[in-house]
Amino acid sequence: MTLVAAALAIWAAAWAINRRIAAVPSADRLARVLSPVIFGATVLVVWELLVRGFEVPEVILPPVSSIASRFVNSAGTLWIDFVQTFIKGALSGYAIGCTAAFITAVAIDRSPFLRRGLLPVGNFVAALPIVGMAPILVMWFGFDWQSKAAVVVVMVFFPMLVNTVQGLREAQPMQQDLMRTYAANYWQTLLKLRLPAAGPLIINGLKICATLALIGAIVAEFFGSPVRGMGFRISTEVGRLALDMVWAEITVAAIAGSAFYGLVTLIGRAANFWHPSQRRDLR
Amino acid sequence: MIRPGGTILPVFTVVLAIVMIWYLAAVLLNAAWAIDRAEKAGQDLTKAELVSETLSQDRPRLPAPHQVVIEIWETTAEKKITSKRSLIYHGWVTLSATLLGFVFGAGLGMLLAVAIVHDRATDLSVMPLVIGSQTIPILALAPMIIVVLNAVGLSGLIPKAIISAYLSFFPVAVGMVSGFRSPAAYELDLMKTYNANRMQLFWKLRVPASTPFLFPSLKVAIAASLVGAIVGELPTGAVAGLGARLLVGSYYGQTVQIWSALVVAATLAAALVTLMGAAERLTRRAMGTPP
Repeated sequence: MTLVAAALAIWAAAWAINRRIAAVPSADRLARVLSPVIFGATVLVVWELLVRGFEVPEVILPPVSSIASRFVNSAGTLWIDFVQTFIKGALSGYAIGCTAAFITAVAIDRSPFLRRGLLPVGNFVAALPIVGMAPILVMWFGFDWQSKAAVVVVMVFFPMLVNTVQGLREAQPMQQDLMRTYAANYWQTLLKLRLPAAGPLIINGLKICATLALIGAIVAEFFGSPVRGMGFRISTEVGRLALDMVWAEITVAAIAGSAFYGLVTLIGRAANFWHPSQRRDLR
Repeated sequence: MIRPGGTILPVFTVVLAIVMIWYLAAVLLNAAWAIDRAEKAGQDLTKAELVSETLSQDRPRLPAPHQVVIEIWETTAEKKITSKRSLIYHGWVTLSATLLGFVFGAGLGMLLAVAIVHDRATDLSVMPLVIGSQTIPILALAPMIIVVLNAVGLSGLIPKAIISAYLSFFPVAVGMVSGFRSPAAYELDLMKTYNANRMQLFWKLRVPASTPFLFPSLKVAIAASLVGAIVGELPTGAVAGLGARLLVGSYYGQTVQIWSALVVAATLAAALVTLMGAAERLTRRAMGTPP
């Protein structure tokens, strides 16, 4: 019972600290970093204390500490799974799918008729439960990472396509006229005006696809995989009720997903430095 | 009526092109098996025979569109709704989990958005984690949630609805925070000159101003909710629902069954998103905003 009381006390204390921090208007930048860190750490500590205090069985919710020790002890297995699912499956599919969508978008853009037809269809497909394609693609491409990459290609294609096509329309008519007065040809206009102008939406598409890619690769493994991979590990360890391993795998997925997303965001910031949303001096 | 700037003709063309590519792919993918079988039987296939053969296999690598349509017709219109082989039955199982999860998830998302907009401490501490958590592949949690809740004694509709709620929670929360914050400073100032209190400010300014953000996030949320329900059906041992049909189909190589479940899922997603679009138009009309 003392553990539960301690959990409640820590929760209240952390919340009071965050309230204090929020009330100081001058420490704005510090508060933006400090508050979520305090909140996140509190959630983990309270999780640990409550699980131990209420003696929740391991098979329902393992405490944070046993997940952490499993994470360290099984680092080798986790790394093998990570390479299989993320590097081989998700990343290659992401690269192929996004490149294909980008090239298709530039090609479609030359025909207004095709563009008007593909945008609604693309928006429609982007809302479909595409992960359902996974069993079919596993049947076609076998159990190894190729089928996972194929699922990722199908999942990322349409969101990327729709964003790029919309991005290519971002350049204002006035700017396009200026390019014409420079006697710029199609490719010069594309490379020097329209692609840079499309930058924010392209990065937006890449960000959406970054999350989708990992989901696609993991879920595809639920339909069949070799004896390694994050999705494989999650589904088999759930069957053996080894939940600390499942949580360790989810931690890897969370770290990989956030790091990937963060990387795309950083690239976007460097590429779209000119865009109002990225300019610190205006914010 | 076909206007030069209309979208009906282009969309129709694109859809037609997709169907044609589908048929072509079906012929190409199924040809190897058909040729193989003809060789074993010692027959020679003409081009026309080969094509008709590839489009009528029992377990093709890629079923032709008309095979899928026939399968859907047989498993919806010609089966009793209560039958285990009726796609309407399986579709309803998935749809009920989707809707329940969506209502819970969207409701919680809105409540969190209200808290974030009104309380700076919540905003500073919770909001970054909400945004950060969108980058985590939440669907990977699905098998665990199902099994753990099963161990506690919950099975069937509720665990799937929880996964759906989880998936539809984030888009609504993030969208509604932007929506509640969308009134400009001068609008907030005007409310202040009216001596409006926080409740009045919320209901009379923030809520109406948030509708342009509400419906797009609801559309994303309900599509995500359906995906959650389908994936949530995978680890339950394939009892019922569209996800179960997918899994059973992949166990037994019944490609026509997989594709028909997929098409029904797609139709369901389209119907739900269209429904949200209709609700959006109705709301806009009721509020007197020009479309």
